[in-house]
Amino acid sequence: MQALDELIAHVPTFAGLSEEQLKLIGGCGRNRHIGAGEMLFAEGDPADHFFLIRRGLVALEVHAPGRGPLRIETLEHGEVVGWSWLFAPYRWQLDARALEACELIEFDAACLRGKVAEDHELGYQLMSRFAANVISRLQATRFQLLDVYGKSEVTA
Amino acid sequence: MVPEPFVVRSKRQDTSDTWTLELTSVADDAGLHFAPGQFTMIEAGGSGEVPISISGDPGEPDVLVHTVRSVGLATQAICKAQPGQVLGVRGPFGNSWPVELLEGRDVVVAAGGIGLAPLRPAILAMIANRERYGRLVLLYGARTASQMLYVDELERWREEGFEVHATVDSAGPEWLGHVGVVTRLIGRARLTASFAGLTCGPEIMMRLTALALADFGIDGEQLYVSTERNMQCGIGHCGHCQLGPWLLCRDGPVFDWQTLAHWLQLRDV
Repeated sequence: MQALDELIAHVPTFAGLSEEQLKLIGGCGRNRHIGAGEMLFAEGDPADHFFLIRRGLVALEVHAPGRGPLRIETLEHGEVVGWSWLFAPYRWQLDARALEACELIEFDAACLRGKVAEDHELGYQLMSRFAANVISRLQATRFQLLDVYGKSEVTA
Repeated sequence: MVPEPFVVRSKRQDTSDTWTLELTSVADDAGLHFAPGQFTMIEAGGSGEVPISISGDPGEPDVLVHTVRSVGLATQAICKAQPGQVLGVRGPFGNSWPVELLEGRDVVVAAGGIGLAPLRPAILAMIANRERYGRLVLLYGARTASQMLYVDELERWREEGFEVHATVDSAGPEWLGHVGVVTRLIGRARLTASFAGLTCGPEIMMRLTALALADFGIDGEQLYVSTERNMQCGIGHCGHCQLGPWLLCRDGPVFDWQTLAHWLQLRDV
């Protein structure tokens, strides 16, 4: 069975980290299976963990009264679910739900925050990578907000 | 050039505002031979002509297929046409998707909204010669699941050798596929610099697609776009569709991104 540090070494978010850094991160993780329809976390809950998707599809949702869950984005193999564990007050801002059976690596946020507090280089590397993730998804969200397929489109 | 009469043989509603019409020539049993990416100028009931990409199978030229979105008077009249009604058609016009040039290559097709319609003939042409291509990947983004075109065909294309990835901008719980913009699919499709691309959709979508593909080594010379800005005569006489040195109806509608990028990114044009 492959060790977690070897598994995460090929994921874009962690690619390029040193062996030692990967071991530190992997040491805070564990494999987890989640069934279709189950929640990974819910809005308002403490953000005491985050996930890396090994297999399956996860939806980020907002629950709107009278409208049910509104699906904002989906994430899949190789993508990280959750940023709120990095920033105070460490609470989830969205719901995350498995749309199909998922194989995940669940990371203990307190464990990793503790290691980052002791190893600032690791902290910098993680922060850089998560910031890149945040920027990429923020830009995608801006594009999504433009509603480019609306009535103004006249192609074809 | 005088419009030829074509009769509506069938009509199907694809989405709340988009219909697919099958037309046959009144005068000529041979139909209308076309290359993937070409368009016709089409009019119904004296409401004016509009350029509409051909969305049929180039291997079946006896049936002229158009998928039309009702966005103005002319397209509204076309979408309201009933079986048996005669429409005026000129064309086919313009150049084509370089499907033969891309033989031997991996090809990614990135479509946004109704931009899938002009790409459908290229997809069908590549499927008809599947063995001549490497990986074939379709990335399709739509506003919602109910606004997706050719839903029944997407699965068939998958069975016939296309890797099909679809996403919608927003969805409720009934949709179990991807949610997010079409460019997010690019990173998920494991594309490499070996790919060439075809893209069609809103200009902003094509621009962001070009940027995202460049991150995977697919540069502007390897990416082809289709644009139909302001076309009126279809034959390069009126000048309405001029963009920089190009008359889009005559020199296009298909260009490589490198050629057109500067002009498409000019503000106030």
